[in-house]
Amino acid sequence: MKLPEAEQLLAQLTEQMRPQVSAQTALLGIHTGGVWLAERLHANLALSIPIGAIDVAFYRDDYHQRGLHGNARSSQIPFAVDGARVIIVDDVLYTGRTIRAAMNELFDHGRPSSVQLAVLVDRGGRELPIAADFCAHATTLPAAQMLALERSEAGTLSFRMVEK
Amino acid sequence: MNQPLSFQRNPQLNSNGELQHLLSIDGLPREIIERILDTAAPFTLVAEREVKKVPLLRGKSVFNLFFENSTRTRTTFEIAAKRLSADVINLNINTSSAAKGETLLDTVDNLAAMQADMFVVRHAASGAPYLIAQHLAATGRKHIRVVNAGDGRHAHPTQGLLDMYTIRHYKKDFSQLTIAIVGDVLHSRVARSQIHGLTTLGVPEVRVIAPRTLVPTGVERMGVRVFNDMREGLRGVDVVMMLRLQNERMQGALLPSPQEYFKSYGLTPEKLALAKPNAIVMHPGPMNRGVEIDSSVADGAQAVILPQVSFGIAVRMAVMAMLGGGGQ
Repeated sequence: MKLPEAEQLLAQLTEQMRPQVSAQTALLGIHTGGVWLAERLHANLALSIPIGAIDVAFYRDDYHQRGLHGNARSSQIPFAVDGARVIIVDDVLYTGRTIRAAMNELFDHGRPSSVQLAVLVDRGGRELPIAADFCAHATTLPAAQMLALERSEAGTLSFRMVEK
Repeated sequence: MNQPLSFQRNPQLNSNGELQHLLSIDGLPREIIERILDTAAPFTLVAEREVKKVPLLRGKSVFNLFFENSTRTRTTFEIAAKRLSADVINLNINTSSAAKGETLLDTVDNLAAMQADMFVVRHAASGAPYLIAQHLAATGRKHIRVVNAGDGRHAHPTQGLLDMYTIRHYKKDFSQLTIAIVGDVLHSRVARSQIHGLTTLGVPEVRVIAPRTLVPTGVERMGVRVFNDMREGLRGVDVVMMLRLQNERMQGALLPSPQEYFKSYGLTPEKLALAKPNAIVMHPGPMNRGVEIDSSVADGAQAVILPQVSFGIAVRMAVMAMLGGGGQ
């Protein structure tokens, strides 16, 4: 399978989102790839509310099987969540469990007025009733393959295939 | 009783090298200590949120098993467990079963039968938490975790870890530091945990400052320099870690009087001026003002004693979160 072009998809995602965002839109990136994307989208869309970053380690549903995920980072949400119009940003949408964890954490910071989801790639394999509102590319990947977003020193985004 | 081999080697770690119990800093590899400190950092922010809780230990029962009084340590463990969404049961054993003659392990068996998932143990006897962990492993209940909240003169690992966290927070890097531990080292489990932690993390110079009568014999073998003169010992240090004078553990004529002690070993502004100008002052609490520390130092700009308390909650959350998850 040909790897999706991350930079190209980011440009498409930006144009998808442009008509739907406003000065009230707040982006919330999921560590790590989602934060990179949120930073780029924030600049592309000239948004004013600073981006938030979320690490879902404390909300994962596999904690009781697998323990605490290594390298938990701080979730930082620099805007008031109460009444906010939040778009959660992630690189790849798969089972939907990460998004569920992110929403659970988000609601422990307050009550947003709306929550949407933007992803570069939807790779299928959903296990929860979660769908993206903005998605640049949909495909179906076997469970043994994982798409990983990477960022070069110059800031260029690209995908790499990881075989499990 | 047959012990699994791994338990005899290091009961704190499983065969994959993951933390199973926290019994002492002694024997913890540097990576585990650093992982605890790294994990504590995001927990410090949970307290600033609207909902000061994360769901990790939802549905788990944490038993605070305190055979010896301690308000602060018990309270911070209780807050930490509650912020992880655990159910917390506090037992002050010195006022209940033990007073009626029940043995330590009988008490543990009874509480284990109440579906305990974690024991946080404070005991006057060194090694009591180790004994409990060993007993649980030998009786097929190794899924129950044990955290040492202070045992005799042996160890107080979460206090040591929160001190490491505090130093890292203010000084960033351990590799250039000179650190002085001042006071009643002889009776102090805190000092032992601090020394193990600091040397494991690569602090090049750890000093112990105390009167001869309060220095344990052979402490130099732990990699510290001993000073009996406080002024000499404080010269050029980056961190001053004060210990509490343990009045309740003093027997015989170890000290002349609290006033005499303060004169020689109390931290005053004038003595603190011998340390580096940006040195921080730490104390595990509770403080004896006017005995080991002058009020103007305790309340001064260099004191980080109250941040230590806040960091202590995050560090205990990190330890319990690392212990409470999956994997045997």
